[in-house]
Amino acid sequence: MHDKVDVLIIGSGASGAAVAWSLADTKMRILCLEQGDWVKPTDYPTNGRNWEARLFSDFAINPNRRARETDYPINDANSPVKVVNFNGVGGSTIMYTAHYPRLHPSDFRVKTLDGVAEDWPVDYQTLEPYFAENDRMMGVAGLAGDPAYPLHQPPMPPLPLGKSGQRFGKALNSLGWHWWPSDSAIATVEYDGRAPCINLGHCTPGCAQGAKASTDITYWPAAIRAGVELRTRARVREITTDEAGMATGAIYYDAEGQEHFQPAEMVIVACNGVGTPRLLLNSVSGKFPNGIANSSGLVGKNLMFHPFALTYGYVDEPLDGNHGPPLNLWSQEFYETDRSRGFVRGYTLQLHRGTGSIVEAITSTAAGRLPWGEDHHKVYRSLLNRRLAMSTITEDLPEEHNRVTLDPVLKDSNGIPAPRIDYMIGENTRKMMEHGIARSKEILTEAGATGFGVEAPIMNGGWHLMGTARMGTDPERSVVNEWGRSHDVKNLFIVDGSIWVTSGGVNPTSTIQALALYIADSIKQRLANATLFD
Amino acid sequence: MTPDTLTGETLTDAETRDLRALAGIMIPANSTYGVPGADDDLIFAEILKNLERDTADARTALGQLAGLSGGSFADLAPERRAEIAARFKQEGGAPLFALNRVVLLCYYRDDRVMRSLGQEPRSPFPKGHVVEQGDWSLLDPVRKRAPMWRRV
Repeated sequence: MHDKVDVLIIGSGASGAAVAWSLADTKMRILCLEQGDWVKPTDYPTNGRNWEARLFSDFAINPNRRARETDYPINDANSPVKVVNFNGVGGSTIMYTAHYPRLHPSDFRVKTLDGVAEDWPVDYQTLEPYFAENDRMMGVAGLAGDPAYPLHQPPMPPLPLGKSGQRFGKALNSLGWHWWPSDSAIATVEYDGRAPCINLGHCTPGCAQGAKASTDITYWPAAIRAGVELRTRARVREITTDEAGMATGAIYYDAEGQEHFQPAEMVIVACNGVGTPRLLLNSVSGKFPNGIANSSGLVGKNLMFHPFALTYGYVDEPLDGNHGPPLNLWSQEFYETDRSRGFVRGYTLQLHRGTGSIVEAITSTAAGRLPWGEDHHKVYRSLLNRRLAMSTITEDLPEEHNRVTLDPVLKDSNGIPAPRIDYMIGENTRKMMEHGIARSKEILTEAGATGFGVEAPIMNGGWHLMGTARMGTDPERSVVNEWGRSHDVKNLFIVDGSIWVTSGGVNPTSTIQALALYIADSIKQRLANATLFD
Repeated sequence: MTPDTLTGETLTDAETRDLRALAGIMIPANSTYGVPGADDDLIFAEILKNLERDTADARTALGQLAGLSGGSFADLAPERRAEIAARFKQEGGAPLFALNRVVLLCYYRDDRVMRSLGQEPRSPFPKGHVVEQGDWSLLDPVRKRAPMWRRV
């Protein structure tokens, strides 16, 4: 039995770190439980010659492949898109690309504007100050003036265009289509103790330079200095409740498998769109036989992924290869609804930098482009560093049959039931992907590329996990209210991507963190006027 | 050989011989480019050392290969080996893909191979790489566009 804390946060990733830092100024006793470890910068793959090989082993993005003892297995057999994540301090920000767009104003009003899904109970304007605060805390590079967004000023200059960026820019200008330097959570100059990016290569397997803004080096040092305790190797099995239906704390296992009970006045869940429903569904009691916070029956339902379509071709000169962050430009020409396209909502085109030399060999072998035998060397040299690629990141609409449940057989190393994913790509999303692939080929052609390849959907593309405990004002149609508190359990909050109502068509981390800061402020305001648990 | 860290599996001697023969067919040495084949002593030692979590798939693939060969693939005549390898490439599926991946992962980080490709044989950190800023005036036409985002 541990001493009772005021606030227990479960999960130290994008949202858990942000909410911990924001609440620290209340001087409450705050504890965060994290199932993984701190990752040392010297452990990141780019420290070694085998850095690309480690993308397929201990730094694989798919937890079933990575299979660290800090990972939990996921039954993803019934999904064309596989869940990817990282478990450790910083969560999946350790392995994200740091591509950092915000949702757009229209993304919060899809029912009103387009007659699909639901409107959010918050809007862009409400979140705007939290976006700005989060940009400052994470350290965002970008360029003000993008016509696809309301005006905002990233604190650092953008990532370099590079050879590939100039090719894309010229092609898109020729077509008359939008493009802009991405907001990226990557330091391009010295920033808050972080060294600038030195283009180590793709950012996904962690940044040895510390230029990429994972929350272990942004929010957490500040939160810990402010008095927050972060306890690693603490895997939570369930949230406990009392007879009145209030959360009382959590039961977790330490690294040796010993069971602990951590009592708390309030609990904040920040385990992502798969980990959060898994935890809620595993938190069964007499009062909550179908899992905690689940009177609506919506916990685990409406899983949204952002299915990706990768389209690429090859040009006749070497480009940047894997040097530099993998994503540095976007086009939002097809983001807002145009019903003449045959679907509602839209997508972002992410313009890629290039591919690592070994990944090029592996993917080209798989695609049948790179032969065995005498021709291998000649063909490989015609491909190396010549790939020009882009991905269509589609808005995925919520559908209840897309869901996270508990697998009846599969368990993690502590015996906790693992999540099972049942997911299929919706018709609107499929049309959107086809449209994006066709437009991508037009852009690639204009950029001088030939020999197209397509991967749709990207199988290991379940980076963005949303919708499985969505927010709303109606307790029968949502899991948490408009400021993240469970409708059922008045001292239980959720702050991660699971509370998203719709997905938008952009990477979600910036908006996840802005929402977490907004919820933290909502908690503080209600603490001040003693209405938090009303 | 390093055993699979998860299962402790390793290749048998016969499987090792077949794998080396196959690696030499996948990526043969080439004098034009001055590169060794994937069956080179150093590279093949790396391949064996790095099978790790792909050992089970590698053994499955090599079992298929032995089946297609009617015994030892390595002991076949060169022409017959080429025929069997071509068939195996078509039929090997996911286990072969995993095996091929390990071969590529080790081959393309060999110093001699990297130098022949004009690459520096080093880790990315701490030296990093240079990416040119590029011509930012390319953005001028986009700067002139009216706001595209939908007002709500």
